[in-house]
Amino acid sequence: MGAGQPGNRERPITMTDRTMTEQKTTEQKTSDPTRFLSHLELDQPDKTFLDSNELVINMGPQHPATHGVLRVILKLDGEKVLGTECVIGYLHRGVEKIAENRTYTMFNPYVDRMDYVAAVSNGLGYCEAVEKLLNIEAPPRAKYIRVILTELNRMASHQLWLGTHALDIGAMTPLFYTFRDREEILKIFEKYCGARLTTHAFRIGGCQYETYEGFERDVIKFLNFVPPKIDEYEELLTSNRIWLERTKNVGVISRADAIALGVTGPVLRASGVKWDLRKAQPYAAYSDFDFEIPIGTNGDTYDRYTVRMEEMRQSLRIIRQAVERIPEGPIMAKVPKVIKPPVGEIYHSIEAPKGELGYFIVSDGSTQPYRVRVRPPSFVNLQALDIMVRGALVADVIAVIGTLDIVLGEVDR
Amino acid sequence: MLDYITSYLSSDTTPGQAGNVFWAFVYIMVVFGGISVAVMAMNWLERKALAHFQIRLGPMRVGPHGLLQPIADAIKLMTKEDIIPAEADKFVFWIAPLIILCASFAVYIVVPFGPTHAITDLNIGILFMLGVSSLSVLGVVMAGWASNSHYPLIGALRSSAQMVSYEVAMGMAVVSAVLMTSLHGLGPYGVGVGTSGTGTLSMIGIVQAQQEQHVWFLFKFFPLGFIAFGIFAIAMVAETNRAPFDLPEAESELTAGFHTEYSGLRWSLFMLGEYAAMIAVSSIAVTLWLGGWYRPFPNTLTGETWDLVFSLFPGLSFLALAAIAFVGVRRMPKHPYFRVQTIGLAGFGAVLGLIGLILFAPPMRDRVQDIFWFVAKVAGFMYLYIWYRATFPRYRFDQLMKVGWKVLLPIGIGVLILTAVLGVVL
Amino acid sequence: MVAKLKGQYGSGVREACTYLGQNYMVVEPSVVSELLQILRNREQFDYCVDITAVHYPERETQFELVWILYSFPRNERIRVKTMIADGESIPSAVSIWATANWLEREVYDMFGIRFDGHPDLKRILLPDGWKGHPLRKDYGIIQQDQEWVQANLGIESGQ
Repeated sequence: MGAGQPGNRERPITMTDRTMTEQKTTEQKTSDPTRFLSHLELDQPDKTFLDSNELVINMGPQHPATHGVLRVILKLDGEKVLGTECVIGYLHRGVEKIAENRTYTMFNPYVDRMDYVAAVSNGLGYCEAVEKLLNIEAPPRAKYIRVILTELNRMASHQLWLGTHALDIGAMTPLFYTFRDREEILKIFEKYCGARLTTHAFRIGGCQYETYEGFERDVIKFLNFVPPKIDEYEELLTSNRIWLERTKNVGVISRADAIALGVTGPVLRASGVKWDLRKAQPYAAYSDFDFEIPIGTNGDTYDRYTVRMEEMRQSLRIIRQAVERIPEGPIMAKVPKVIKPPVGEIYHSIEAPKGELGYFIVSDGSTQPYRVRVRPPSFVNLQALDIMVRGALVADVIAVIGTLDIVLGEVDR
Repeated sequence: MLDYITSYLSSDTTPGQAGNVFWAFVYIMVVFGGISVAVMAMNWLERKALAHFQIRLGPMRVGPHGLLQPIADAIKLMTKEDIIPAEADKFVFWIAPLIILCASFAVYIVVPFGPTHAITDLNIGILFMLGVSSLSVLGVVMAGWASNSHYPLIGALRSSAQMVSYEVAMGMAVVSAVLMTSLHGLGPYGVGVGTSGTGTLSMIGIVQAQQEQHVWFLFKFFPLGFIAFGIFAIAMVAETNRAPFDLPEAESELTAGFHTEYSGLRWSLFMLGEYAAMIAVSSIAVTLWLGGWYRPFPNTLTGETWDLVFSLFPGLSFLALAAIAFVGVRRMPKHPYFRVQTIGLAGFGAVLGLIGLILFAPPMRDRVQDIFWFVAKVAGFMYLYIWYRATFPRYRFDQLMKVGWKVLLPIGIGVLILTAVLGVVL
Repeated sequence: MVAKLKGQYGSGVREACTYLGQNYMVVEPSVVSELLQILRNREQFDYCVDITAVHYPERETQFELVWILYSFPRNERIRVKTMIADGESIPSAVSIWATANWLEREVYDMFGIRFDGHPDLKRILLPDGWKGHPLRKDYGIIQQDQEWVQANLGIESGQ
């Protein structure tokens, strides 16, 4: 049982040449917390608004461009941003508290509602975490089905991201194209488990539903239908001079800052760190597949765009390999009717489309978890907003919020 | 009295020059009505074309294929509550959209639809056009100021800065075109002998200079004319605050632009002014570079037959539109719910076909030629505007200003100098 | 590595074991800050994955704070846990990893554990004037701060 166990890979995922020496010199910079918060001017409590010619503007919770109810308070000097402060919590539903009052199986549907754009990934993370706690493993066929659905989900999430990000920057058309193609994925989900968005696709121990008649055919049809569409999106945007000007060198986050701030996912990969949980600590049959991890060099918005586009293509590659090789067999492991994991705790994380989605589950031996902590990637990525828009213009703030790919359901839980 | 009216009919100048107030008034009414209809048609076309670019259908319910949608929008906007912010400066608030509207419409006084089909032909026509269209900046600033709220004010300042910067580039391009009018000779590089031309600022004069030089200024001193046209084309998009230069009125940015506080009819006046300005600057572009009202190839493809062929185009185009309408009628669903729409569309197609057939009649053919070609060229520009909006992301404000001052202006000055040099040398 | 740390801190490191393949250490609150520093600087745990807490009301040291760390070069995860009592505060990890900023704010918001040295410790998910710390076990599942709800939302109750 090698999958998912940390620390037993012989080949560590290496960072590139900049290792210890760079870390030491940047340590001075990154270990100073005030660098990230200097705009709050906490050391000058008597300074009032009248002392400066700065403007404090509120991008309120209702805003067409903030992807949900996110409130960003901007401190501007003319048009330049001096600092930001995010006010979140408008979508806080107390999911972690709810978990303490539901059984493990009952909590499964709640998990989809956090990152509602990529619901299948959330379900995968939770089910795998509980399976680890129970020390059981899903059968191979279930793992392959999980991989296929999760990668389809990743495509859908990235397509939604592309449409909304392009819309924020001003290009109206890619939105409609990506949503049209996303429909195909949602149709597959609907045929599989009955729901398009909050799918509740997996169960603890495997999958509940067998793949429907024609599932492989639909998936292969989708795989043939989509690559020209991705080329279409790229044709509209990648070499468009206005797009390049809007996204190059906008929202740059350096590699050291990215690691210090704990950002994960495409944001981290665009800053040059070649790290993907699917390769570093494989889970759910990812070790059987051959795919690459795209990285960027500059850590700017354009790199995040190219990284995500390439991830879409790699997802297609994974799905194709998985569909061709689905093993026969049971789809559900032998799970007791009443799930009562032994006392203990576990942390399991997966590579969700937004970053590292982790579940820390503490069990006290009863049917209800004692504590479920969800480590949301969007929450931690949103912290990086401040450092990314220092010195940029107001229009860039919106572009950067889009490129971080946050979903408020996940930020607030 | 009757003599006064009929005496104009035998003259060969514009009513303004002939001093005939009655006909000038008639022409003004016709142009005003035509532009209003054109604005409504433009509104419809924008929604439909944009929708088709985005693989959706656009308005389909109000009238067949949404043809009555602009009317429905107009009725809706007129019946909306007129909200004036409490602290707003009422007079300025009221007059700002009117200034923009008047500035945009005043341009049409000199727009030539034909050799005598203009309201008047000022001998400083192009200067007048540039000057009057700049007045809309004043309206924008007044709108932002009067709203008494800092978001519209920021939007108005941005918008006015953008418009003013791109006017400079526009001016450079226009001057190069005007320089070309003072050349004599035939063909793209002015070689050969022809009637000597005198430089002129009048719109009709510029078009006639193109005719005398047997070349559209677009192709004159190739590629200089082309570059000058390009500069003007980009600058005119920025002048009218259209994509990709529409940051001041974008919804997903922080400020919703100078017309945030306006509602109902006042807001529709802004939109009217914007579309009218679009058509106006497109007309300038067509007049200066694209040969105005002349049909394509008036000198290379000459002769009776070619004249005949080209004179059939207006009728043919209307017949083509009628054919499209009938195709639409065939594709309408057969459900009784759609009966009224089907009949409406068929009627519309029939009217278009009728107009097309009328335009085949020889007396109509000659009269309509000029106006048709002019309008066709301007319509091409309108379609380009919509195409830009569908395709391009938005420029950030500082990039926008950078393009205006650091890219377009130097190229414009360069083109101007080269045009002058070539004009003297050749 | 654990042996070295144990040797250094002796009593500080209470236990270190592996459960289901995941390593974790329980340490005393007094050494936790130094230990985290060492883990970052020397042992290359440069990525702070999560900071969270669990509430055990029946124990004396009620709160168990958990730091989950990951090392890129070593591709290893480790959990550092410590137990503190109600009302005690713990040094903040913001100076070690900048991620800790919002993560600690959330722990404060949900549990009421204060972090010394945190630059901006205030509520993050709940409104600023909220009273109570919801993820504690003595906070009811449908309990809300009625005072805040009535004052700010103008309704009788949030239920």
